[in-house]
Amino acid sequence: MDQKKLRGRAWVFEDNVDTDLIYHNKYLAETDPKKMPQFAFEYYPGKEKFAKEVKPGDFVVAGRNFGCGSSREHAVYCLKEGGVPVVLAESFARIYYRNAINNGYPVLFVKGLSQGIKDGKIVDGDELEVDLATGTITNLTQKTSFHGDAVADLENEIMTAGGLIPYLKAQVAQ
Amino acid sequence: MGKTFAEKALGKAAGYEVRANDVVTLEPHFCMSHDNAAPIAKTFKKIGVKNVWKPERLVFIMDHAIPAPSDEHAVNHKEAREFAKEQGMTHFYDVSSQGGVCHQIMCQEGFALPGIIMIGSDSHTCMYGALGAFSTGIGRSEMAAAWATGKIWFKVPESLKITVTGQFKKGVSAKDLILKIIGDIKADGADYMSVEFHGPAIEAMSLAERMTLCNMGIEMGAKNAVCPPDAKVLEFIKDKAKSDEWEALWADDDAVYAQELSYDLGDLVPCVAKPHAVDNYAPIDEVKGQPIHQAFLGSCTNARIEDLREAAAVLKGHKVAVRTIVIPASWSVYRQAMKEGLLDTFLDAGCVLCNPGCGPCMGNHEGILAPGEVCISTANRNFKGRMGNKDSFIYLASPVTVAASAIAGVFADPREVR
Repeated sequence: MDQKKLRGRAWVFEDNVDTDLIYHNKYLAETDPKKMPQFAFEYYPGKEKFAKEVKPGDFVVAGRNFGCGSSREHAVYCLKEGGVPVVLAESFARIYYRNAINNGYPVLFVKGLSQGIKDGKIVDGDELEVDLATGTITNLTQKTSFHGDAVADLENEIMTAGGLIPYLKAQVAQ
Repeated sequence: MGKTFAEKALGKAAGYEVRANDVVTLEPHFCMSHDNAAPIAKTFKKIGVKNVWKPERLVFIMDHAIPAPSDEHAVNHKEAREFAKEQGMTHFYDVSSQGGVCHQIMCQEGFALPGIIMIGSDSHTCMYGALGAFSTGIGRSEMAAAWATGKIWFKVPESLKITVTGQFKKGVSAKDLILKIIGDIKADGADYMSVEFHGPAIEAMSLAERMTLCNMGIEMGAKNAVCPPDAKVLEFIKDKAKSDEWEALWADDDAVYAQELSYDLGDLVPCVAKPHAVDNYAPIDEVKGQPIHQAFLGSCTNARIEDLREAAAVLKGHKVAVRTIVIPASWSVYRQAMKEGLLDTFLDAGCVLCNPGCGPCMGNHEGILAPGEVCISTANRNFKGRMGNKDSFIYLASPVTVAASAIAGVFADPREVR
């Protein structure tokens, strides 16, 4: 995994962000991941402009159970391909988590983030520094910090290969 | 120390003893995909393997948008069809009178069996636990990998035991129970867990009611949900099992649970889940009298013959006051409803019937809402914009509550319909 520290702005979301809010059903027939970022968060109240205004390097920051609902991988692609380097959340819904790992997309489980968001300790536009190796998240704007858990070994092996499909391809090639 | 259902089922498939939090890699018994078989096939081809590991283990069921309402959907169906043929698959359910909603077909046609491991590229795959399977939803890349390798990894989940006793009062049903449970423990209350339904009230339930419960396991974050593989299950699968490798597995009495809950059916009342979250529980009294614009009786959650019978009994002799869309879960259910005269009851009441499939549940077609409209639905999700318009409102409820509300044109208590 990339050892360098990442810097970017925070886009902050609440608990239980479902997959329809991240990537709506309406666009499910789209199969090209590169075309998916334009629809990200279109249905999330107050974040309708996310797709237009997100800059590569910006972070998605959320509370508990991020990505609950459908099994659609579009909800991972629309952020990954949109240049969001990592999603930070208190917890992830099971299928979203697996989809992220299987696409080599880093997600961090961050204790206290749900309450931190409610208390305004991270708000939209805050400048964050994220150290993926240690899991430390520093809010440079508000001078606060959070700590995320790095992924487990098994998942890390898949992540390091760039995701499940590249991982298998490499095995098949051998 | 005894074992949970998940520890037994995953251990059996792995071939050794496992406990919660162990990681296992095992061979799934059946792999279900719907219209998304097409993009999965594209991903599969990138792996560099020519053939799927066992074509007889794959099941494709077209249901999300059938018959194709757009050129994109038509192309998806075409690609799925061609892939199934090219791989020599035998289980392909196309737009035909053999078909219906994928999860209904998996249960109805004997794929869902006690003790086997089932995966599906759809989150509501957890429904097959109603027949005793360990069954869970996964994403597309993971499904492509499973087709290629015949393997999938799982962390053995911790388990949540829900013991149910008592009897439903009139007008209350399995949907009211599951909406109450989700309202209590919330959308992440069972995250990553295996949910086991225990108790005399579960044993007294029909398989259709158990399917409604297990179908919605994902709405509390569960990995899988399961009911005991009792005599009713064994009788149901007797002549239709698509494999003989099943085994009736169930948790030991002294299994260790992460959490235990209990419910008495007699305490429940008809209810709804208000927009825009499934855990936004409200007793019917809280919304009674508020206007609705559409009613939907359908989906993998609540469109089996038992559901249609209950709704028809309420509708008989009445006219609906709002547009009411009825979509039986499969053509087999449709035909049975026709024989029993239920379709006449729906048509006499002013409902419209659509072909079996997912219909408007996830906003593809057959009942999209306009801005500001309110729909009462028997489906499983009320997320913002789920039925196609982000300024519309979806309330989830049981078939009888939907029927009673359709007649009244406002949210109505099914216990008060004369």
